[in-house]
Amino acid sequence: MRLRSLVATVAATAMGVSLAACGGGDKNGSSGGSSGDQTLTYWASNQGTSLDNDKQVLTPVLQKFTQDTGIKVNLEVIGWNDLQTRIQTAITSGQAPDVVNIGNTWAASLQATDAFLPFDGGAMSAIGGKDKFVPTALATGGKEGTDPTSVPLYGLAYGLYYNKAMFAAAGLQPPKTWEEMVTDAKKLTIPGKQWGMALAAGSYTENVHFAFINAAQNKADWFGGDGKPTFTGDGNVQGVLRYLDLMQKDKVANPSNAQYDNGTKSVNDFATKKVAMVINQNNADSSIVANGMKAGEYGVVPFPAPSGGEQVASHVAGINLSVFKNTKHKDAALKFVKYMTDATTQSTLDKPFSALPVLKDAKPNFTTDAAEAATFQDIYNTKSKPLPLVPAEDQFESTVGKAMNSMFAKIATGGTVTADDVKAALKTAQDQVAASS
Amino acid sequence: MAVATETATPAPAKRRSRLEHRPGLNRWLPYALLAPAVLLELLIHIIPMLVGIWMSFVKLTKFFIANWSAAPGAGLNNYKVALDFNNAVGQGLLKSFGVTVAFSLVTVAFSWVLGMAAAVALQPEFRGRGVVRTLFLVPYALPAYAGILTWNFMLQRDTGAVNHVLHQLHLNDGKTFWLIGGNALVALITVAGWKLWTFAFLTLMAGMQSIPRDLYEAASVDGAGNLRQWRNITLPSLRPVNLVLVLVLFLWTFSDFNTPYVLFGTAQPPAGDLITFHIYNASFLTWNFGTGAAMSVLLLVFLMIVTGAYLLVTGRRSRRA
Repeated sequence: MRLRSLVATVAATAMGVSLAACGGGDKNGSSGGSSGDQTLTYWASNQGTSLDNDKQVLTPVLQKFTQDTGIKVNLEVIGWNDLQTRIQTAITSGQAPDVVNIGNTWAASLQATDAFLPFDGGAMSAIGGKDKFVPTALATGGKEGTDPTSVPLYGLAYGLYYNKAMFAAAGLQPPKTWEEMVTDAKKLTIPGKQWGMALAAGSYTENVHFAFINAAQNKADWFGGDGKPTFTGDGNVQGVLRYLDLMQKDKVANPSNAQYDNGTKSVNDFATKKVAMVINQNNADSSIVANGMKAGEYGVVPFPAPSGGEQVASHVAGINLSVFKNTKHKDAALKFVKYMTDATTQSTLDKPFSALPVLKDAKPNFTTDAAEAATFQDIYNTKSKPLPLVPAEDQFESTVGKAMNSMFAKIATGGTVTADDVKAALKTAQDQVAASS
Repeated sequence: MAVATETATPAPAKRRSRLEHRPGLNRWLPYALLAPAVLLELLIHIIPMLVGIWMSFVKLTKFFIANWSAAPGAGLNNYKVALDFNNAVGQGLLKSFGVTVAFSLVTVAFSWVLGMAAAVALQPEFRGRGVVRTLFLVPYALPAYAGILTWNFMLQRDTGAVNHVLHQLHLNDGKTFWLIGGNALVALITVAGWKLWTFAFLTLMAGMQSIPRDLYEAASVDGAGNLRQWRNITLPSLRPVNLVLVLVLFLWTFSDFNTPYVLFGTAQPPAGDLITFHIYNASFLTWNFGTGAAMSVLLLVFLMIVTGAYLLVTGRRSRRA
């Protein structure tokens, strides 16, 4: 096993990417420890304002777990840019942590690696049973009809944030349909002063979410029942074009947004009152407040669908928890998952991480604004649809998301993107997925 | 053996006699001394390369990475996918190859011209020459990440210094995109050239130090101007340096990963889609390590052919000269 992990690491280096630093080598990992060692290794994704902030939030919570059970937890917080590669390396080398946070959209793709413990009947009842979770959240755990290999930890959903003062000054009400949103955004676009909306148009992960949501509003799917990509359907093409048109035809977003390679930049524009609206997940609250906008100065409504469209306002976003199959501490790991997903821990962590509860009957506490909390909870529970739960989901994200980046760049630099162009770009993305599946 | 005996000469007599009386050790000592280097070479270069080549012949997707040594054989399929230019993956690789060729040629030329100009300009003695030389070496000394990230800030459309300065000079409207669209290649070449030219400067300046001064004095007496002296003395004298320099610059630029990765992040634009980053995406974003490995092997073969051809042609010319 040791030779294999060594060779795995140097092999990755040979491919031009230094994975040695990411290392499968996990000094305190379960694989290296004796079977009697009651120490778990936990890789947490970065949820707070910084890696240190995450450590500060999680440390007392983990200490309480140790007090209750005698099981120690070695915590490592990993930034989003590194997490997927770290997980890949861990799978390849076998030197994995016991428990890991994953982006829930990766669940089906990670499940396909067969490196994670399925939450079958026994495992599921060990963590408190599936009935404790919100069904839509649990549905993100893996491919439909299989035992999930991850369970929900933090819930997130998209909402349309709007600046109340700007809307009042323009005599507008928050939009209920796509058409109203565009009309409002046009009225709120004042050349040289402010824009109607900010888009993270250079972020492939954000872009692919909106490709998905807009297509879902058109009742279009990205994969057929056989798991084959169906990217070029009319609903998909029109959905993507509708989103691109916010910058292209409607001109309610600054072309510079095509350089926004993460959601933070568009949220900052909203928080600093350069734009009237932004579509973001509920964890934007902490950034908005940190940038000087007070709670109460902004409101949230569901991201609207076009008139007659399907009322899908978000994908079921969030963070899931997985256990590596090769853990030597299966029981301890399951106890830990149970602890992290129990009502008390959830209530403790949802506030600092601005997360929605993934448990039935739990009340959101990430904001003091009751209307905002209720709106997000309603979106999450009733207006969200999981991203495609197929092994090729990761390829869907990278190919379609990057195609949208390029189309936004074309628009921003003065080009035009037609429905035929969108179809051609989606066809290329579809061929890429088909060729590498 | 000779090495061991010679190095043992100044050693105390006791030690020398011990070596002489132990011919077995004497015979194995050189190999023992070489062993760490060989082992490291194996670990760092040979084994990864062999594993990479093996990976290119297996179907190493997400379905097999947990038990990758058992991945089923793919024959030449990964190569077929990478080289099928009617298919999206092959087309992507071909486009990326074209971008990389253009990027490498222009960056090498840019770095060489700038390095040569600076080296020539700093040949004459003048006050403050040492300071200027040190300043020129800053891009080489600065950690690549910090330098490239600073360029990323400067090249932003609305808040970047580049647009601001160009606008002040009435050279653009202050709204040019540098990190997306077609200008991304210009940005990439500028940043990579900025990083590389000081290496060219350093190498050429060192080369110039070895050219005898009296050649220039004689040429000057004969009435040759600076340009003629450069063409007829400096350039031919630097030929061996230039041969290595250009080759090294080309290999570095062709396999540059840091510059696009830090400059563009994960949102690299098609005009800046260098082949190394393309391979990274193919492997790590779509979890298709087999195809990624095939692309890596193709890149390796291409660079070996280019290097071989370059050395062959320049070697012949040198012999003729």
